[in-house]
Amino acid sequence: MQCQVCQKREATIHLTEITDGVRTEMHLCEHCAQEEGIAVKSQLSINELLSSLLATQPSDDELFGDTEQELSCPHCGFTLGQFTKEAVLGCPHDYEVFEKLLLPLIEKAHDGKTVHCGKVPSKMPKDTKKQIKLTALHQQLEVAVQSEDYELAAKLRDKINQLK
Amino acid sequence: MKLTDISGDINEWFDGSGPLADIVISSRIRLARNMAGHKFLSRCSAAEKSEILKKLRDILMSLELGDKIFYLSVDKTPVLDRHFLVERHLISRHHAFGKGPRGVVIAQREFFTAMINEEDHLRIQMLKGGLQLTRCAEQINRIDDMIEQKIDYAFSPRYGYLTACPTNLGTGIRVSVMLHLPALKMTGQIEKFLNATRDMGLAVRGLFGEGTEAAGDFYQLSNQVTLGISEADIVAQFENAIIPEIVEYENTARNQLLSKEPDVLDDKISRAMALLRNANLISSQEALFLLSHLRMGINMHERMGASTPAIKRLCKLSAASGNADKPQSISITTINRLFMLTQPAHLQLNYGKTLDAAHRDILRAKIIRSALNG
Repeated sequence: MQCQVCQKREATIHLTEITDGVRTEMHLCEHCAQEEGIAVKSQLSINELLSSLLATQPSDDELFGDTEQELSCPHCGFTLGQFTKEAVLGCPHDYEVFEKLLLPLIEKAHDGKTVHCGKVPSKMPKDTKKQIKLTALHQQLEVAVQSEDYELAAKLRDKINQLK
Repeated sequence: MKLTDISGDINEWFDGSGPLADIVISSRIRLARNMAGHKFLSRCSAAEKSEILKKLRDILMSLELGDKIFYLSVDKTPVLDRHFLVERHLISRHHAFGKGPRGVVIAQREFFTAMINEEDHLRIQMLKGGLQLTRCAEQINRIDDMIEQKIDYAFSPRYGYLTACPTNLGTGIRVSVMLHLPALKMTGQIEKFLNATRDMGLAVRGLFGEGTEAAGDFYQLSNQVTLGISEADIVAQFENAIIPEIVEYENTARNQLLSKEPDVLDDKISRAMALLRNANLISSQEALFLLSHLRMGINMHERMGASTPAIKRLCKLSAASGNADKPQSISITTINRLFMLTQPAHLQLNYGKTLDAAHRDILRAKIIRSALNG
């Protein structure tokens, strides 16, 4: 189907409006839909996500009371200003250095989750492995309770107690 | 090994075999990893990147993968070859056209690749035909374990595997399934599918062609959440719930076309056959679009016993195209080969020299005519 406006590109946005019982339909291509001011973006790019999150956050100055200079990582010299431009961090330590600022972004990107509960390198100490396993079990327990699967919830609770 | 050793044929994961392969083209699992004690790539000097590259390359080349493996320095590879690797899904566009010392390790049968110095120090991936995520996960996990014996990964007990971009943090896993959904498109339900998957927090993009456009009705579906959920749970969600449900929707749409709109279905297949068998010039986009309809027609015949007049003609055509002793059929493999081999870089690499778009269109049409007319 062709776009009603430009008559050239394929219509990918289809709008149905019902006003006072009268139904009108519009078929537009993405370009013309944007021209008409119809929002068509269903996914935010990482850059957009970053910009929107960081824009609403307190500045480094407000957070750290440092009015002289922007916070930078002592290991790699990275600043959050660079992060908003490049969307990648400078080194693994940045996760600690910028933790307060990154946390809302991590939460947003991962459906509210902020704690790892997957694979653990075999070289990690036993305690670390146990802790991560417990986190995973607690999350599974939460899901089981929410979906009212009490049999599974009971099994998970037993596993948690055993591990503790 | 030379790239021309593999460019004349399709990769193993695209040969039409594997569970639900009529709709699920392939399963892919990728893990993102970084080495402890090094900066992420955006802050590495060329010398540090070279050091990481050498270390990881040596480790990967020493792995026992049950297949020959070869290494390519991507930054020293000609542009056409890099395009070929992208078309082949062996490296990402980002890796092909990025900066600095970087490379890729490829298993000859193309089920495994490892990109070194892409966005993270290391990205390893396993690919298989059809819906085989659990097997992909087991195998990539084993390879990850082998690498982990030889180096320390950047890992935090709280955040898991530390990645350059926080969107990959935690497990560093990206599960992707490539789907062929022509009937959902034809019956006008594809937008509903796209919206539903996005609501579930999944990413959808095209498999072939540029950017996010889904040329040829091929879609790639991936997880976006990598933290706070285990690898096994992500894989199980895809393999046991999300993908079987989409496959069922596509099958329902195919049945709907057969029972309610056989003329629409036949028109699409007849037009596609006529154009592909007769065109003298054909663009990559048009070829993908038309081949998609033939692929669906053959699959509907093979899997659902569909025999509308156009599908019958398509099958007669396949019987007539071979010699009398051994009728050669237009199999799914033939169609899959055309999807893969008529892409711009494949055409040029197999032709032996660079061609402009107009000449590529002539060559593409010729290859398709010859495959479909016998």
